[in-house]
Amino acid sequence: MQYRQQQLDNGLTVLAECNDQAQFLSLGFFVRTGARDEQPVDGGVSHFLEHMVFKGTRTRSADEVNLLLDDMGSSSNARTSEESTIYHAAVLPEFQTPAVELLADLMRPALRDVDFAMEKKVIIEEIMMYEDQPPWGGYERLMQQYFGESGLGQSVLGSVESVTGLNPDRMRAYHARRYAPGNVALVAAGKVDFEQLVRDAEQFCGHWEPQPVTRSLELATPANGFECRAKDDAHLEYLLHLAPGPSVDSSDRYAVRMLGMILGDSSGSRIFWKMLDSGLAESAGVGGHEYLGTGLMMAYFCCMPDRAAKNAELMHEILETAAEGVSGREVELARQKVIAQILLASEHTETRMFSVGGQWLNSQPFVTPAQIAERYRQVTLDAVNEAAQRWPLAAGRTLAIGACEQLVWNPAVVG
Amino acid sequence: MTFTDRLFRHQFDNGLTLVADRMPWLQTAAFSIAMPAGCRFDPAGGAGLANLSCELAFRETETLDSHALVETLDGLGCDYYSNTTVLSTYFGGALPADQLEAALAVYADVARHPRLAPTWLEEARLACIQEIEAMEDDLAGKAMSRLRQLHYGEPWGRLPEGDLASVNAISLDEIRTFAAHHYRPEKTIVAVAGKFEFDDLRRTLERQMGDWKGLNGAATNGSPPRAALQLDRHISVASKQTHIGLAWPGVAYDDPRWHLARGAMGVLSDGLSSRLFREVRERRGLCYAVMASLHAAPGRGASFAYCGTTSEAAQESLDVMVAEIGRLQEGISADELRRLKVQVRSSLIMQQESCRARVGTLVNDALLLGRLRPVDELGNLIESIRLEEINDYLASRPAGPFELVTLGEHPLELDRAVSPATA
Repeated sequence: MQYRQQQLDNGLTVLAECNDQAQFLSLGFFVRTGARDEQPVDGGVSHFLEHMVFKGTRTRSADEVNLLLDDMGSSSNARTSEESTIYHAAVLPEFQTPAVELLADLMRPALRDVDFAMEKKVIIEEIMMYEDQPPWGGYERLMQQYFGESGLGQSVLGSVESVTGLNPDRMRAYHARRYAPGNVALVAAGKVDFEQLVRDAEQFCGHWEPQPVTRSLELATPANGFECRAKDDAHLEYLLHLAPGPSVDSSDRYAVRMLGMILGDSSGSRIFWKMLDSGLAESAGVGGHEYLGTGLMMAYFCCMPDRAAKNAELMHEILETAAEGVSGREVELARQKVIAQILLASEHTETRMFSVGGQWLNSQPFVTPAQIAERYRQVTLDAVNEAAQRWPLAAGRTLAIGACEQLVWNPAVVG
Repeated sequence: MTFTDRLFRHQFDNGLTLVADRMPWLQTAAFSIAMPAGCRFDPAGGAGLANLSCELAFRETETLDSHALVETLDGLGCDYYSNTTVLSTYFGGALPADQLEAALAVYADVARHPRLAPTWLEEARLACIQEIEAMEDDLAGKAMSRLRQLHYGEPWGRLPEGDLASVNAISLDEIRTFAAHHYRPEKTIVAVAGKFEFDDLRRTLERQMGDWKGLNGAATNGSPPRAALQLDRHISVASKQTHIGLAWPGVAYDDPRWHLARGAMGVLSDGLSSRLFREVRERRGLCYAVMASLHAAPGRGASFAYCGTTSEAAQESLDVMVAEIGRLQEGISADELRRLKVQVRSSLIMQQESCRARVGTLVNDALLLGRLRPVDELGNLIESIRLEEINDYLASRPAGPFELVTLGEHPLELDRAVSPATA
């Protein structure tokens, strides 16, 4: 296993984890841009652009792009988040160069008006699809309540209104601002010929004009509170809760991730024993989202409406009493689980590409799975308990949505 | 090491079958214990019994209480699961390979000595009831479940979760009787994929499960068919989208022409250039999600398609889907066949890195094919397909009759003509 990195003259970064034992490779263009970089008026443009990238380039139609991806037998996709947009494909080694050539071409899309109009319909269908699924847009609503109208409060998909209001010119301007070579990395993992990868990047991306890229990531002051929304036809109640958590560069993040497992993992956690094993909740858990400069801990549950009050009380209590400390046994079990998960994940080429690329997105130095496991081994009981003091989880912003007309989250606040 | 050299199969004297795929380059292993305890054995009036039995069995064994059971698996780093389908009840997981033996010991205990204690019955029942309620909020899943019920009928269309009335009425005695009859070594498959030495694995299983004796004379062919349910083909919900489920006959997994059906389904739905994706989404912008797949039950198969789309676009989406599925009968092109071959070869190689994916295929092969298929066999079969061969096959099999389920504001009509795409 070898980690390699090189930068082209125009600022594009090429990096790879080369594994001679692998049978194929995953590669992708990682762009440091996402919903957090949008103005509210452009809500959803990052994600819409992700779709438009596959609608063709100056020399290729959408049909040709799709045919070429399938001709290589690739497993390809793209994803947009609050802070990144990633275009990726897994291919057999013989297709490394053709895959780089095609994906590189896609990074300079045609953004034709006619395709824009057609794809807008698809995006609106996607928004509608999520509005039909629990928690029916509740996560986006809660993020907006917590972070405000812009920045992390901006929905990745945007709304029907914001997407309807977008036009090709605004998308072209956004693309020109955000897809400069200094803001993009070509990332690969698996059976990678790195020298060839660099040559390919030079050939297919070397002509991209360098441009300064700035990123002003506002740090909103989170707004605490509680809302209960009744939804017609809902059978279950869903509760989502956000509290501050460590950012991507916080020294607390390993300890807080372990705290999250102790409180809310799907097996053997406090929430598991009190809410899931007892049959009180259909699902429940705690997890972290680490962002640049800030972070979140999210707790959630879903249950039958007549048990929602009891579950809300239990979850609030579990989050509140975390600060009183956890046991050495709990820390050891969480450590065993997380290290096993790292090992299982390390055997997946695509997961490795996302990990290597994710570290670049966050401007972090490369660390191997073994090194990450070692960091978890070094987390002490005291470190977890100190982190639990520093990151109070019960305070924050909470949304209940579903079958209940009313619910109490914190005894002090009635929704 | 060839693909065939990696595969192992051993039957113990008590009828238990071990199947395994050795992947020595991994550091991990995955396993699945498939017991002949699917909901096809649910008795009349007892829908959900197999699922509730599975839920309760995993709570406690004769030697491990609830906490010890979960803590032992967590301590081994085992990412575990249990579930019930029509065919079987499955207990399984994935973990670091050096902990495999210890995890199998826990599961041998769960399968052989579940305590089925009254103290946990109501908790387990509640969990099952919430599963049923959660299905009500999953509109796409609800449409497709209804489609399976209607298309397969009894017993393969059964929903493992059962219904609220029957789950509420299940007694502890019924659960104990069910487990005694169906948690048994005969027809149980233990599948393992990943890093192991087969002789060690076989000895381990012999020690852990070799003296497991099932109840003599228990039924193994499923409970008698229930009366056909009167189910509506349209579920009226004030949803944002109309959820369309379409079914038509498929091919059994052990049919010698299965690879041709798999190939045709690939042309229809695999990849960005597949016909459904291109015609429904790319050329007309009618939806975000459209897909089709083959489904297998013992001795028979089905083809299912799904599309979620706003009400205004729903009828056209259905029309285009039906037209594209029907157009398969006219044959596929040489280019489509070439792409299919590359895609299948590529995806089979990519699945090789995952012991979890492999263990799932092992179980299916053992249960539905009756033998283990080396990884390269399917690739070779697809590679060997000649254009005229697949087109003759498609010409002989007109798609349909269709079973249609819709969930949304309005029902839709089958058999309407399709306008060409404007884009």
